[in-house]
Amino acid sequence: MLDGFSAETLARAQFAFTVSFHIVFPAFSIGLASFLTVLNGLWLRTRNETYLTLFEYWKKIFAVAFGMGVVSGIVMSYQFGTNWSVFSDRAGPVIGPLMAYEVLSAFFLEAGFLGIMLFGRKRVGDQLHMFATAMVAFGTLMSATWILSVNSWMQTPAGFSITENGQFYPEDWWAIVFNPSFPYRLVHMVLAAYLTTALVVGAVGAWHLLRNSIDAAAGKMFSMAMWMLLLVAPLQIFVGDAHGLNTLEHQPVKIMAMEGHYDSHPHGAPLILFGIPNPEEKRIDYAIEIPKLSSLILKHHLDAPLDGLDTIPDEDEPPVVIVFWSFRIMVGLGFAMLGLAGWAAFGRMRKRFYDARWLQRASIAMGPMGFVAVLAGWVTTEVGRQPWTVYGLLRTSDSLAPVAAPAVAASLIAFIVVYFFVFGAGTFYILRLMGKTPTAKGGTHAA
Amino acid sequence: MLLDLPFIWAGIIAFAVLTYVILDGFDLGVGILFPSGKSEQDRDVMMNSIAPVWDGNETWLVLGGGGLFAVFPLAYAVVMPALYMPITIMLLALIFRGVAFEYRWRTERWKWVWDRAFFGGSLVAAFMQGISLGALVQGIKVVDRAYAGGWWDWLSPFSIITGVAVVVGYALLGATWLILKTEGQLQYNMRRIARPTGIALLGFIGLASILTPLQDPIYAQRWFNLPGSIFSVIVPTLVIAAAVALWHGLRTEKDAMPFVATLSLFVLCYIGIGISFYPNIVPPSLSIWEAAAPDKSLAFALVGTVVLVPIILIYTAYAYWVFRGKIDPNEGYH
Repeated sequence: MLDGFSAETLARAQFAFTVSFHIVFPAFSIGLASFLTVLNGLWLRTRNETYLTLFEYWKKIFAVAFGMGVVSGIVMSYQFGTNWSVFSDRAGPVIGPLMAYEVLSAFFLEAGFLGIMLFGRKRVGDQLHMFATAMVAFGTLMSATWILSVNSWMQTPAGFSITENGQFYPEDWWAIVFNPSFPYRLVHMVLAAYLTTALVVGAVGAWHLLRNSIDAAAGKMFSMAMWMLLLVAPLQIFVGDAHGLNTLEHQPVKIMAMEGHYDSHPHGAPLILFGIPNPEEKRIDYAIEIPKLSSLILKHHLDAPLDGLDTIPDEDEPPVVIVFWSFRIMVGLGFAMLGLAGWAAFGRMRKRFYDARWLQRASIAMGPMGFVAVLAGWVTTEVGRQPWTVYGLLRTSDSLAPVAAPAVAASLIAFIVVYFFVFGAGTFYILRLMGKTPTAKGGTHAA
Repeated sequence: MLLDLPFIWAGIIAFAVLTYVILDGFDLGVGILFPSGKSEQDRDVMMNSIAPVWDGNETWLVLGGGGLFAVFPLAYAVVMPALYMPITIMLLALIFRGVAFEYRWRTERWKWVWDRAFFGGSLVAAFMQGISLGALVQGIKVVDRAYAGGWWDWLSPFSIITGVAVVVGYALLGATWLILKTEGQLQYNMRRIARPTGIALLGFIGLASILTPLQDPIYAQRWFNLPGSIFSVIVPTLVIAAAVALWHGLRTEKDAMPFVATLSLFVLCYIGIGISFYPNIVPPSLSIWEAAAPDKSLAFALVGTVVLVPIILIYTAYAYWVFRGKIDPNEGYH
């Protein structure tokens, strides 16, 4: 099995597989931890039982998701060494300390207070329990901060020099941590996590409202989720655009692939809405395009020239087809989220909200789309920066460990089998928890 | 720079790995002993004795991996490919046991599956950690900043012995932890298990002590020449003292003494391994100074470590304190 693939291809497949599985859980638990903190705070403030019911309900789901995030994350911390040891040796002096900071300031915080948050309310009292919940949430955000700094440094390296033995040598830690793409990527990812969670919470609320439109807890979570969506979806589109402009400045080749610009456009580039990339002929077939709009978006001028992939050597070109499509999936879903948020707001104004069946059905359909958008976004940025691990400096093919293809193939197959079995079961349990009605007592919501 | 940063960091990494071995040691040990829980309630109690803390325990493993990457990137880059298979298997095993904590409460029909996953995952993870230790003691071949050995170098009679030894050691840690945390029949059963397990562990410690100097003459030199020979007297004496304390604690039915004695055994063995290794981080040829990242990286990471590790220790201790005392079988966590 998997004969004929090189160790490099297999190692890349393995990293893509394990990291894609992993990112799903943090994307959910970052948002959910913040949501739980808000619910716990509202419960302590208002003593409205609905908030406590929701806290206990989502806490169980959080515990399962968080457990899956932990175990799939441990794999990641070793994957750098097993398959990408040359990269680890070279880039370790720069990104290693950042990852150590992630462990020290985030993982321990989450893990240390998780037990108290899950099992300790009676033992420590409301105040300390609230503190523990907030620490877990804070830990998830710290974790995102450090790991996105690492990733951003690999995309837009700064503050380093290169030594004789090929190692990256840290010169300026401030410049390394706050490298050019880091602030944009961090905000974009945290908002994505919040959107993902809001969509899931909204879908679960909608599911139960469809069964019982006066369920107080279901109504509350649906309402909170739709407010969150209304707040964050437009913000995310704005931040995403800013992130794109930042990418144009530092990784223009990635933008060429995202836009499908095989050719340079000296007098204003069109925005290609859809089309089928043809990598052999280096053109977009059946392209539907709006003239000069790409120049307007990226350069804020209709006639601004934009370079295409024809300006760079073939060996530096990322896989255009994947990037072209994943980018469109992400953007399309982003606008669909905005649409759902607008629909919900409109329904709320017209007092057709808790019993708006089509809105609720649409919310259920959109429930998993945050995950899809997160994955599509990561595929865009990670495939789009190929063929480099440290952008422009260290090629992916030069980062590989001295591993033999059969060993990587065997472990890849093992990971696939185990992940589908274990995380399939976990997803099933989470869905079953979500299928249970949040409030046993019933009751009506204050419309 | 006046400070010998690689030396300081070697101490910190050694501390992190020791903390991991002790903390995850007893919680993997509980997993290894899981089938000895006779009833459903026994197994629930065993699981609940570690449910609030296992996640924090395992984080020390991430610090071990992440810390090594940060401060000894070359050691990380050499050891991981050399131990590719045992580490991958260990990671997969940890997945099975880790998810079992939540999954087994979410299903009736499949509870037995996750109970077995918890046992099997704990057992295999412990065995692979022992194998990795043995392979490291035997030495890892490095040429030109990269691993230069074969794919099966890690597998040898010696590494299998250290693998079994770690399983036995973790089982003893688990048994004595449960003596501390439980009452009645379950506690009685754990005392009965602890005795033969303790004897077996002492046997393995003796065997490993004899075999280790045979793996590489340098180990013998370190132990039988000054200043190492001082430790050759002290460490075994303390091992015997800890063994006596363990035996006494089990016979007089003390709650905490067997656990503390077992912890001491682990610390002493760990010191013994440290004496054999130093000044190498990857035997037989890679020293801590050769493997270290530049001082600038070490200093940057050290600032945060000095501030954060004490804080981590405080809130970790607090979490243990919150869940102190015997496990009440009627206090369901889920």
